[in-house]
Amino acid sequence: MSLQPTQASLGELAQALANKTISSVELTSLFLERCERLNPQLNAFITLDREKTLAQARSADARLAAGESGPLLGIPLAYKDIFCMRGWLTTCGSKMLANFVAPYDATVIEKFNTAGSVCLGKTNMDEFAMGSSNETSYYGAVKNPWDTTAVPGGSSGGSAAAVAARLAPAATGTDTGGSIRQPAALTNLTGLKPSYGRVSRYGMIAFASSLDQGGPMARTAEDAALLLNVMAGFDARDSTSVEAPVPDYTQTLNGDIKGLRIGLPKEYFSEGLTKDVAQAVEAAIGEYKKLGAQVVEVSLPNSQLAIPCYYVLAPAEASSNLSRFDGVRYGYRAPEYTDLLDMYCKTRAQGFGPEVKRRIMIGTYALSAGYYDAYYLKALKLRRLIAQDFQAAFEKCDVIMGPTSPSTAFKIGAKSDDPVAMYLSDIYTISVNLAGLPGMSIPAGFDPAGLPVGLQLIGKYFDEPRLLNVAHRYQQVTDWHHRTPKGFE
Amino acid sequence: MAINLEQVGRIARLANIEISPGEAAQTSAALNGILGLIEQLQSVDTAGITPMAHAQEVAQRLREDCVTEQDQRESFQAVAPETEAGLYLVPRVIE
Repeated sequence: MSLQPTQASLGELAQALANKTISSVELTSLFLERCERLNPQLNAFITLDREKTLAQARSADARLAAGESGPLLGIPLAYKDIFCMRGWLTTCGSKMLANFVAPYDATVIEKFNTAGSVCLGKTNMDEFAMGSSNETSYYGAVKNPWDTTAVPGGSSGGSAAAVAARLAPAATGTDTGGSIRQPAALTNLTGLKPSYGRVSRYGMIAFASSLDQGGPMARTAEDAALLLNVMAGFDARDSTSVEAPVPDYTQTLNGDIKGLRIGLPKEYFSEGLTKDVAQAVEAAIGEYKKLGAQVVEVSLPNSQLAIPCYYVLAPAEASSNLSRFDGVRYGYRAPEYTDLLDMYCKTRAQGFGPEVKRRIMIGTYALSAGYYDAYYLKALKLRRLIAQDFQAAFEKCDVIMGPTSPSTAFKIGAKSDDPVAMYLSDIYTISVNLAGLPGMSIPAGFDPAGLPVGLQLIGKYFDEPRLLNVAHRYQQVTDWHHRTPKGFE
Repeated sequence: MAINLEQVGRIARLANIEISPGEAAQTSAALNGILGLIEQLQSVDTAGITPMAHAQEVAQRLREDCVTEQDQRESFQAVAPETEAGLYLVPRVIE
């Protein structure tokens, strides 16, 4: 059987590398060539660096030749440009870091390097991960390979577009309010946001530290499991990293799901959900019933308040995290200024884009004297109510399912002038971050215009093995995840 | 709780972001839109609810009191806008 690298699973690629059917340099060159040829249509990458990429591939080939093996050894992957990678430009989608060559590796990158994966390039993203469409990037909007006039979602839109268009076999993303799941849904991918504390945040440029988590974006649950095996684990350099053993996520993919209790939150199927998405999600639930799952209605009564709660907490944390960008130690510095304060203010005015400034200002306001109790403290209390809603729901079910996003991919420019409309695209994903739970999006069909729909799976804390199992079983009986956008086969 | 232009100026100063008078009007409209969304929080009774700052209810981990970092001044300062003799340079603050 001849190998088709752009359609092969990570397992098949690893097999081909182990058999010497293909070398890492050959495999990497094939994907690099696609990246170089097709990226101008999509703008999925901020940085491609053929020399550095091929050097990594050659070193993987040397390890393979020395008899080493490993599930990701020699496999090219794309990394979101939020992960610091030594010697690589790491911009976080911002003018502020347009000249920042990272002096060290994020833990996630270090783990992939140790595993022998090859970096194909750094992917485009909303500036500092603040966005749901990838339009806030200093490097321009990313286009959705399923319709190049539509957004790929955000903030991990470059990673999503790259994997969907088969420019990379898989990629990393990060998710603070839906930034892995929503773009995965809008581009027909399998994306997993792990439980808070599962994947190290060290070297991942911080947006909202109590919510940020890195995770895999892949075509299948099986590939996502292989990536999570490498990404997950305790890291002393991240003070919120959880000291818990990492299971082999590939070992539990095939478990029987007969009797699985699926909770459907009634709030996720009400006003605001488009008909096309509702129909696809209902059909997917029907498929699960055929696999022997039971459906129970659950309620997440405070889910409508997740957005206001998040838009206090995430900007508050961002206003603090982003205070480090002041033109002193790294990144952009304004060319002209009168004194130190003026240098800070001009550097930040010129270096940050409009959405980032809005969020910093909202956060600054919410934390300022006289408003702290009314906004920040109030939002922290609501956060508990939202987390408690999930706890109560999980007494009745094993996994919660619903739509990932209220609609399929919207047109570039449709929401970019209206921050509030944009924020509402994350209505079903944000509460999962607030509660710290793992969440996934998997391909669940298409709307009449041919745009993908994502099904969201939400699990109990640290129940990633079950989410991946539940996703995998569905992918054994459906073929949505194999569909490839026209022109990118 | 709508904010006016003067408050936008104050917030921008607190955030160390320069904002021109022309931008202030636009920014104030955008911030008020977001604050309108956030205002829904006030509709919920949260009396007696403990604030949840974090997803994990665990105490901060302590580490051994020993040196773990090596001197990386050179590589860290290589990406700085302006340095001299191992120091970061900023505009003069003391005359």
